[in-house]
Amino acid sequence: MASNVLEVEKLNLAYKTLRGDLLAVNDVSFSLKPGETLGIVGESGCGKSSTAYALMKMIPSNTSIFTGKIIVDGENIMEMDDSDLRKKVRWKKISMVFQGAMNSLNPVIKVGFQVAEPLIVHDNVPKKEALEKAKELFKLVGLPQDFINRYPHELSGGMKQRVVIAMSLVLNPKILILDEPTSALDVMIQAQIMNMLKDLRKSLNLSIIFITHDIALASDLCDKIAVMYGGQIMELGTAEQVLLDPRHPYASKLIGSIPTLRSDKKLEFIPGAPPDLVNPPPGCRFSPRCPYRFELCDKEEPPIYILDGGRQIRCFLYKEKGQGE
Amino acid sequence: MEVDRSDVSFIRRKVKVNKMVNNSILLKLENIKTYFFLPKGLFKTIVVKAVDNVSLEMKKGESLAIVGESGSGKTTLGRTAIKLVEPTGGKIIFDGKDITNLNDGREMKNFRRMAQIIFQDPFMSLNPYMTIREILEEPLIIHGFNDQKERNEIIIKALVDVKLQPPEEFLLKYPHMLSGGQRQRVGIARAMVLGPKFIVADEPVSMIDASSRAEILYLFKSLQEKYNLTFMYITHDIATAKYFSDYLAVMYLGKIVEYGPSREVIMNPKHPYTAALISAVPDPDPNNRFIYRKVISGEIPSAVHPPPGCRFHTRCPYKFEVCDKKEPELETLDSSHKVACHLYTKK
Ligand SMILES: Nc1ncnc2c1ncn2[C@@H]1O[C@H](COP(=O)(O)OP(=O)(O)OP(=O)(O)O)[C@@H](O)[C@H]1O
Ligand SMILES: Nc1ncnc2c1ncn2[C@@H]1O[C@H](COP(=O)(O)OP(=O)(O)OP(=O)(O)O)[C@@H](O)[C@H]1O
Ligand code: SF4
Ligand code: SF4
Ligand SMILES: [Mg+2]
Ligand SMILES: [Mg+2]
Repeated sequence: MASNVLEVEKLNLAYKTLRGDLLAVNDVSFSLKPGETLGIVGESGCGKSSTAYALMKMIPSNTSIFTGKIIVDGENIMEMDDSDLRKKVRWKKISMVFQGAMNSLNPVIKVGFQVAEPLIVHDNVPKKEALEKAKELFKLVGLPQDFINRYPHELSGGMKQRVVIAMSLVLNPKILILDEPTSALDVMIQAQIMNMLKDLRKSLNLSIIFITHDIALASDLCDKIAVMYGGQIMELGTAEQVLLDPRHPYASKLIGSIPTLRSDKKLEFIPGAPPDLVNPPPGCRFSPRCPYRFELCDKEEPPIYILDGGRQIRCFLYKEKGQGE
Repeated sequence: MEVDRSDVSFIRRKVKVNKMVNNSILLKLENIKTYFFLPKGLFKTIVVKAVDNVSLEMKKGESLAIVGESGSGKTTLGRTAIKLVEPTGGKIIFDGKDITNLNDGREMKNFRRMAQIIFQDPFMSLNPYMTIREILEEPLIIHGFNDQKERNEIIIKALVDVKLQPPEEFLLKYPHMLSGGQRQRVGIARAMVLGPKFIVADEPVSMIDASSRAEILYLFKSLQEKYNLTFMYITHDIATAKYFSDYLAVMYLGKIVEYGPSREVIMNPKHPYTAALISAVPDPDPNNRFIYRKVISGEIPSAVHPPPGCRFHTRCPYKFEVCDKKEPELETLDSSHKVACHLYTKK
């Protein structure tokens, strides 16, 4: 088995707010192999983007806690200084398409140049050569090569999304984080982009972290799926394990609440609302909404248990069946 | 904890509901056109044909989902149906009366009471400076409910109906103190206080977390059954339409291209666009990652210059000679399934 390109261990990230510390990423651990796609799914505010920014070490100025290990290609970037990080890792080994990035393209610069810019500015590649690389990338993401001369307003939403994906690939990263890359787009365009990502992954042997609130969409690309809730990964396993046989009460109810076109089921829902991350409920973060809650649940925080087949579950129901981490 | 996939009680209930539907027609749209005229420079006008020749009927107590991609005209159709926008052409018949040219006066006020809309964004559509009580009381005051005690009763009942319980606890709260789902319930309660017959819900759950969507949609369903409401559900999410609407109309560039019982249309789509729309939407299935999704290329053309003939011909994999010359009419295939496509035109 190939070794991991990314290992994340006990990652924590908190923000200082007026009401107190907001723990957006709490004890998050996972790993990623070359060519593998991990989906991070969960509802609004559960900490998906925060996790992604943490992996890039791009944290906001009001960060109050930032701990854990992020091992990219064997090196713990948490211990790396900024200039090394910029020289060796960020954008070069691990790259990211930000949530909503297609709306932040510079309106007065041709998109081909925006893609080529890092090569010209940081790597001193001649402009002509850099634009050739941009053309190559355009082909890879399914854009006509002469579109390098267009301005953002001359492109549709789907095309702009392809441009920002091309941008993220310009320094040949091994790991690509895609944060909600299709959520602003119509389903038809979304499907076109998902097909393109399947090609891209194969041709570049990319490792992808695919972030979405849409678990059905995650199944279109992901080998493994992590279900986040209240800043924590509640369940992490293969797509088969999580989608067909979810074990964590939250993961199971969430999947039960997704309407399906090709089969029938009784749709479930989860009463209540997600936790306040400044004042999380005591014990398990899902306990106020969990139908399986028992005495222990609001007294202690459940640790991660590893079940057969390697899946991670953060729930006391698996205290006996799983091994504590 | 497993989901019982053999549970068909939902479908059975649905059939029963259909039988209960009283056959009289509440809303009839005849050849509705809603165009927007935008000035371009000094002398030119751009015409956006947002809704172009749409006809449909809704029976009392029925729910109809309008689905389609962004810009297909769903919102404009819904707003036209309740006269928030004036149609450029065509007729709107509500409860047997032609209301197309109704402007103000008592009859219009009565229509405003009977036809309500619920908006997508539960954050934007509620005044942040008003308490829930004030939000719900406002339409009652406008419509001349002068008795304070009666208003109170109606408000409490509406809060109970939308399951904001105990109601007293919500009366003095402000919108920001509620969760997204609770705010949308307030939006629904506001639409309910005047005792409407017809509700247009425009993307009512698209801003709500997946795990709470079904809760709101079940609520609509129960209100619909309890009060025999007629319900137009505007959505880009065809999967929720399958679960929560009796009928489904698929729009493309201002036109209805397919119409029929929701399940029938989804299990057995006739129009190439409907088929493409369905195949573009994944179900949560781990096999998806090993296959490519069947998609059609390109994007929706502009509603300013819709393609001639069939509007879908620029992207249709089945296009043949007549398609770019003649516009297909929405024709009945069998019982209530209709499609606008030359593949089905009787020769
Ligand atoms: N810089 C910040 N300062 C304070 N709080 C923040 C900051 N950035 C994010 N948050 C909060 O952290 C929590 C997690 O936010 P995050 O953006 O990671 O969620 P998400 O899962 O990506 O949500 P969405 O699906 O809406 O994109 C939220 O409660 C959010 O309001
Ligand atoms: N007030 C308006 N003035 C001018 N054009 C408009 C107006 N409202 C809508 N349009 C145009 O009419 C067409 C249909 O818009 P509409 O909002 O009805 O579509 P929709 O199906 O509801 O889309 P979405 O899924 O994005 O909400 C679009 O081309 C839109 O730009
Ligand atoms: S730990 Fe308890 S409350 Fe939390 S998910 Fe498991 S059973 Fe539910
Ligand atoms: S009328 Fe022709 S172009 Fe239009 S959907 Fe049917 S086959 Fe396709
Ligand atoms: Mg996010
Ligand atoms: Mg709309």
